[in-house]
Amino acid sequence: MKSKISIQNLNLSIGKNQILKNINLDIPENQVTIILGPSGCGKTTLLKCLNRLIDLEENVTITGSIFLDNEDILHTKSDLPGIRKKMGLLSQRPYPLPMNIYDNIAYGLRINGIHNKHIIRESVEHNLKQVNLWDEVQHRLKEPASRLSIGQQQRLCLARGLAVKPEIILADEPTSALDPLSSTAIEKKFVELKEEYTLVMVTHILRQARRIADYVVFMYLGEIVEHGTADEFFNHPKQEKTKAYLEGIFN
Amino acid sequence: MQISIALIVLVLSLIVFSIFYRGLPSLTWEMVSQTPKGGYYFGKEGGVLNAIIGSLYLAFGATILALVMGLPVAMLMNIHLRKFKKLVNGVRFLLDLLWGVPSIVYGAFGFSVMIFFGVKTSLLAGIITVSLFILPIMIRAIDEVVRNVPVGLLEASMSLGSNKSQTAFMVYVRQCSSAIVTAIMISFGRAIGDAASVLFTTGYTDSIPTSVMQPSATLPLSIFFQLSSPIQEVQNRAYASAAILTIIILIISVLSRVISNKYNKNKIS
Amino acid sequence: MRFLKNEKVLNVFLYLFLGIILAMPVLLIVGLLFKSESVLHANSLSDLLFSTEWKPFQGKFGFYSYIYSSVLVTMLALLISVPICLFAAIYLTQYAKSVYLKVIQPVIDILAGIPSIIFGVWGILVIVPLISHYVAPFFGIETAGYSILAGAVVLSVMIIPFILNILLEIFKSISKELPQASIALGATKWQTIKYVILRKAFPGIVSSVVFGMSRAFGETIAVLMVVGNVAQIPKSIFEPGYPLPALIANNYGEMLSIPNYDSALMFASLILLVIVLLFNLAARMLISRYETKI
Ligand SMILES: Nc1ncnc2c1ncn2[C@@H]1O[C@H](COP(=O)(O)OP(=O)(O)OP(=O)(O)O)[C@@H](O)[C@H]1O
Ligand SMILES: [Mg+2]
Repeated sequence: MKSKISIQNLNLSIGKNQILKNINLDIPENQVTIILGPSGCGKTTLLKCLNRLIDLEENVTITGSIFLDNEDILHTKSDLPGIRKKMGLLSQRPYPLPMNIYDNIAYGLRINGIHNKHIIRESVEHNLKQVNLWDEVQHRLKEPASRLSIGQQQRLCLARGLAVKPEIILADEPTSALDPLSSTAIEKKFVELKEEYTLVMVTHILRQARRIADYVVFMYLGEIVEHGTADEFFNHPKQEKTKAYLEGIFN
Repeated sequence: MQISIALIVLVLSLIVFSIFYRGLPSLTWEMVSQTPKGGYYFGKEGGVLNAIIGSLYLAFGATILALVMGLPVAMLMNIHLRKFKKLVNGVRFLLDLLWGVPSIVYGAFGFSVMIFFGVKTSLLAGIITVSLFILPIMIRAIDEVVRNVPVGLLEASMSLGSNKSQTAFMVYVRQCSSAIVTAIMISFGRAIGDAASVLFTTGYTDSIPTSVMQPSATLPLSIFFQLSSPIQEVQNRAYASAAILTIIILIISVLSRVISNKYNKNKIS
Repeated sequence: MRFLKNEKVLNVFLYLFLGIILAMPVLLIVGLLFKSESVLHANSLSDLLFSTEWKPFQGKFGFYSYIYSSVLVTMLALLISVPICLFAAIYLTQYAKSVYLKVIQPVIDILAGIPSIIFGVWGILVIVPLISHYVAPFFGIETAGYSILAGAVVLSVMIIPFILNILLEIFKSISKELPQASIALGATKWQTIKYVILRKAFPGIVSSVVFGMSRAFGETIAVLMVVGNVAQIPKSIFEPGYPLPALIANNYGEMLSIPNYDSALMFASLILLVIVLLFNLAARMLISRYETKI
């Protein structure tokens, strides 16, 4: 198993609060890694470190390293947009860009210097098909994305992320705002996508984790309690806290 | 208590009514299509085209200048300087203070700067002075909306590989387009209606300026100067100008309502 | 939009614009100070502020009567508009259905957008004749109508939207939390308003008044048109006055040949600026204290 991201001795505080404590973790390439943990344990923060959106927050101090293909992205000289581009983000609720459906996908290409209309059109079609949205929207590409249903919007956001050809997809409870059908669609897509991408997903739904996880990380109060392959984690948990969490007698 | 409301509504109606009652009869085709003949203060013939055009030049110029400077600053405060909340709040405070500075102070200041550099009253001097005067309004009006854009949109845009400026001018500007239009409208209204800041800086002439270095008539001053004339026809020009200015302001006020509703279509909520 | 890609160049402009704005207040104060230096040299500060002697040809610039007029007009305007605004705000937020506010808000906004010159014309067309034909005769006074009172009435209408909008915000934010608790204790609506809401809103009300004050103090054209412009200490509100902004507007750039004249007028602008800044500062501090209190 090859690791795509390697987090080493990561510590993070916001103001005086230490949010992440000594995180060491290897995220395997071309697999679905699920991050579990009770609310407020730092899952979102960890994801934000990976694509360095944490830089947008106030009063943050970070130590440690995060290696992406041997480049330490916390201490790199290369530009941040370039790093962020490598990691698509799917957030808790969809944030389509305030433009029409077509431009939502074209935007990522344009800002990355692709202005050829044919290439853009093909990419729009290809990526919308990727997320099974093409049939639903192909005749209304010029409509504002905000008119789509929440489930459609979330798929659009996934397509938008895929269009800039990331290597990793970060998802923060991507199905929590969705109806069961849309959730299943996203789940299925994730499993397919791991052929090409490395996926990291935060979720609160244990059953969902069991369905799609290859690798599982369990966090508690800013620390990683346990991590391992899905089989190990769900069937032979080592830590008491993990067991308690899996049995649902937490909190 | 109801009386207080009635009073406010009544006063507004009274203002509009009295201006129109006195001004509309003078508002002939000649009035809006000709410049004053024989001097604006003594000549009985002609109209106020010089003031209409001058005011439009001035207000458009100042609004554009204020937008060009103000929009980037509003974005800068909320996107680039997001991490420095204290600094940004300090800037907001400063802008609010500047917003309270009377326009006459801007006018006097502008004039003394002009003397310092040996510049004569001109459209350009007026545009710059007025743009400084409306800049705080413009920025704060945009800022109030930009600061409430959900952070998720910022994160979404950044995670696609946009830099901050792309996020600001390609995403946020669209998200806030209705607010920006409203800010432009408010600023334009201020710019076209203010007299004290143009009094010393823009000057007054009978002709329509052909370059920004020439002085220019404006509607507020066209009212102010011509109203004090003893000649009835000249006074009529003042009242006609007042009616025109009121119409423009009312149109702006209605338009900004309509447009701000219309421009919302791409906005995410 | 491709130029956005190169952030380095762009940022230079962004920060330059920000710098210009940050420099503005400093520039205004320093610039005006610099220009008023010569009149400050030739006259003592107390003479400038508290003497009524205004003899430009002799180099005597006593601003007292102008300041007095400004203060008088401003206070009178507040006296008229603050009660109206208070009642309107209480009514709109506590008694009336919320559609009322939706209907009234455009009226307030339009009123706020009307240029001061238009208020001035309205003052000449309506208020001045009203005072000269009806109000003054009622008190047995003869006047042309151009008076402190006319200035104050016009001014009061101009600051109504300004004060009212602030009051509305404040009452809206308060009434969300408090009243239920108080009404549950059996207080009548008016008691609730009087003892709970008004008390809670007090700093906000004060700050709205101070805001209105600073607005009124700097207002130029509209007042100038109806206040009569006679430099004197008015004995009644039916007499004309001559506020500071009007002095500046009427004379600036006119008599540049008289030594120190323009410097004196710059000093007047400086007084105006400083007073307005102080008012604003005070009002903002009051309001911010109050917001954290909620
Ligand atoms: N900008 C911030 N300033 C201060 N504290 C923060 C900030 N962002 C997050 N925190 C704190 O960091 C901790 C971890 O937050 P985080 O959002 O990462 O939790 P989470 O595991 O994603 O929770 P959830 O499952 O509810 O989404 C929380 O205690 C939160 O209060
Ligand atoms: Mg989270």
